[in-house]
Amino acid sequence: MSQAEAGAGSGAGAMARAVPAATARRTPSPLWALSLFRSEVATVFRRWRTFALLGVLAAVPVLVGVAVKMETQDGGAAGHGGGGPAFISQVTNNGLFLVFTSLAATLPFFLPMAIGVIAGDSVAGEASSGTLRYLLVAPAGRTRLLLAKFAATLTFCCAATLTVAALALAVGAVLFPLGDVTLISGVTVSFGEGLLRALAVAGAVALSLVGIAALGLFVSTLTGSGIAAMATTVGLLITAQILDQFPQLHAIQPYLFPHYWLSFADLLRAPVYWDQVLDNLGLQALYAAVFGSAAWARFTTKDITA
Amino acid sequence: MEELSAAGEPAIATHALTKRYRGGQLAVDRLDLVVPRGSVFGFLGPNGSGKTTTIRMLMGLIEPTSGTARVLGEEMPRAGRRVLPRVGALIEGPALYGFLTGRDNLVRFDAADPTADPRTRKARVDAALDRVGLVAAAGKKARAYSLGMKQRLGLAAALLQPRELLVLDEPTNGLDPQGMREIRTLVRGLASEGTTVFLSSHLLDEIEQVCTHVAVMAQGRLLTQGTVAELASSARGRLAVTTPDTAEAVRVLKEHGVNDLTVDDDRVTGELPVVARELADLNAALVRAGVRVRSFGTERASLEDAFVALTGEGFDVAG
Repeated sequence: MSQAEAGAGSGAGAMARAVPAATARRTPSPLWALSLFRSEVATVFRRWRTFALLGVLAAVPVLVGVAVKMETQDGGAAGHGGGGPAFISQVTNNGLFLVFTSLAATLPFFLPMAIGVIAGDSVAGEASSGTLRYLLVAPAGRTRLLLAKFAATLTFCCAATLTVAALALAVGAVLFPLGDVTLISGVTVSFGEGLLRALAVAGAVALSLVGIAALGLFVSTLTGSGIAAMATTVGLLITAQILDQFPQLHAIQPYLFPHYWLSFADLLRAPVYWDQVLDNLGLQALYAAVFGSAAWARFTTKDITA
Repeated sequence: MEELSAAGEPAIATHALTKRYRGGQLAVDRLDLVVPRGSVFGFLGPNGSGKTTTIRMLMGLIEPTSGTARVLGEEMPRAGRRVLPRVGALIEGPALYGFLTGRDNLVRFDAADPTADPRTRKARVDAALDRVGLVAAAGKKARAYSLGMKQRLGLAAALLQPRELLVLDEPTNGLDPQGMREIRTLVRGLASEGTTVFLSSHLLDEIEQVCTHVAVMAQGRLLTQGTVAELASSARGRLAVTTPDTAEAVRVLKEHGVNDLTVDDDRVTGELPVVARELADLNAALVRAGVRVRSFGTERASLEDAFVALTGEGFDVAG
């Protein structure tokens, strides 16, 4: 290091000698604040774990597509008798339906589980590795760091949904014919409009994950263990999914974040049934507001002892 | 105006700073600490004496239960956004992203500072890597780093910007002797450039070698603070005699009122008599008694002696 110091001495030394003036006048540009968000996204997507999660999600459309193809080699339609995920009987007619099938198959568990892992680990993981204290003395700012974490988690929601949708579209195009799309209500629309509707469905699915992202972030501020936060978030997901199954609990079900998840199918009607789609968006916004505020209140007053 | 008055204030000044954890444990008890600008300030204390809690309060990571902490003239944790970009910190060892390279770890910490210009980030990171001698290993994943390399990378993160204050908690932990020497050289270099260095360490000789000022904590309380010279002189030195006739030397010295005698191989040491002129008489008495004296003299009190005198215990014993 002494050699390095000799080399850097002139540059670093000159910088350090100018300390009071240089440091006092360092005024941030508002745009620089985005650096932290970009850094968050880059950090999430440079973990092996993130790619493992995306890999699991990507496997679903491939498996469903291949399974349907093999089962229907004899010319019959898949999923007769109502078995399997929604839309699966349509896949053989139109590969685009593999997008809807795959999203319907991953939305109840795989997608939110992946979000739960990322969101749950976001603050708690940094706390357990100790990097949180260095981010905070950098100083990232607690509110700014939390916002960056939430935004990065939402970015992952989009990336995860798009991974499923894009792979489903590719597999569907390879294995099955593409063409005009017959909607649930029986109206047939062009393939172009079908694609647009698929995009809208993907958007609705990604937004459906906002609630669990906010919930996971809040849980993440409660503990110093990334694993505990991930497990708790995924546990809450399973609990909510189970509670949503009991008719006796209908009074609380409209407030469970997965309750309206499958409403994205209403985007495949002509005209579109907006009621449940909007209910879903409203519920997700409510979760984001409530648990986002709770996470903020907790994180900005927390003693960082890890 | 505020800047001008702030420049005259100490780098760190706490008033009755107190932290009581939720369990009721009093970690820091009415601490009044003053770290002058430009000093290399050694912060000493056994494990569990409240040093790290104090550092965390200074850095805004922990909210004080009561009292105030001013860093670079502004109140923490409220002014953290203005103060912390001017402070570099290494707290309780390095913490890194194992899956990122050394360089990318620094890029991430630099991105967390909202006052850091992204256009000059690469240059800052390169300069910091260069300064701690990690250029060659910058492309390696941090999980493959040795503890010493992690420590250096943590230091590099603290040196990303020109700082007015460096807070270094045990900066030589896990380093080999060569690495320790390099860190000391680095600290001295930074101090000579005008950076105030606040250094906690459990290595007394390190504090003695590097620091100008020192504070000693035990059980959450500040025992003393001042310059290293003041503290060392507050502890009395010891008489040291080297002789092959140790048993005889002990007898003679004891007769002449020297207390706390200890024998270590051919060295006999004891508490220095209060009156200095007795020293010559002691030597004469030894020689008269036929003790073959190889060397005779006084040992300057070390910081360790002062520390033991203050705390009444060994240094590594938890309080």
